[in-house]
Amino acid sequence: MKVNDIVTKLSLEVLCGDTSREAGGCYIGDLLSWVMSHAKCDDVWITIMSNSNVVAVASLVDAACVIIAEGVKPDPEIIALAQSKDICLLGSEKTAFELAALMPEL
Amino acid sequence: MNEVLKLHYDVDGENFTSAGDASVNVKKKLRQMGFSPDVIRRVSIAMYEGEINMVIHACGGEVDVFIYPEEIDIILADKGPGIADVELAMKEGYSTAPDNIRSLGFGAGMGLPNMKRYSDEMKIESKVGAGTKITMKVKVAGE
Repeated sequence: MKVNDIVTKLSLEVLCGDTSREAGGCYIGDLLSWVMSHAKCDDVWITIMSNSNVVAVASLVDAACVIIAEGVKPDPEIIALAQSKDICLLGSEKTAFELAALMPEL
Repeated sequence: MNEVLKLHYDVDGENFTSAGDASVNVKKKLRQMGFSPDVIRRVSIAMYEGEINMVIHACGGEVDVFIYPEEIDIILADKGPGIADVELAMKEGYSTAPDNIRSLGFGAGMGLPNMKRYSDEMKIESKVGAGTKITMKVKVAGE
């Protein structure tokens, strides 16, 4: 399933990045070291963190996209940083739980 | 081991937002050189955790990366406070990171354990009051 299909199904806001990538799974977490050791390449990563380290972690684990949940709004600099590192950032008012419940089979 | 690429990075201790730049840069280099995704992931995550540790605990430091065809060596050196009890520091969940760092999503007590998990060999040399040097080797699995 492509990120774009998830955007449509979950009514996500596209903050930046390419949504044509294939998503292989989903991981939820806010502790960055934990995410780094458990998230997999091509995962959709759901978090409430929105600082620049999120961009670095998404890049290092090679996540398909990051969904920033619960209406948390990243600063424009973070969105620009994500753009420059080819990280797809998405936003939603929903909680991580609500997003996961709506997530299609990956 | 005659083909070697050496990379050197200064890690800025003041700047939490640029932490990770060196690891992302190494990741990019390794990708260009055609290393496998598994090797790239292990090197870049191990190095990122090391970089973050330097920023949190040691006001920055230096990272040297040696890329050989069969292994990648990462040497992290700082002049920080040192680690009093290395065995305790290696325990998953043990952290001395301050609250402001935790609010950024760090301080889970996973940094050193992750570095060990993702490297094939890791050596910690640390002296309280003088600094810490960590050497990690990531082996490139032979075909």
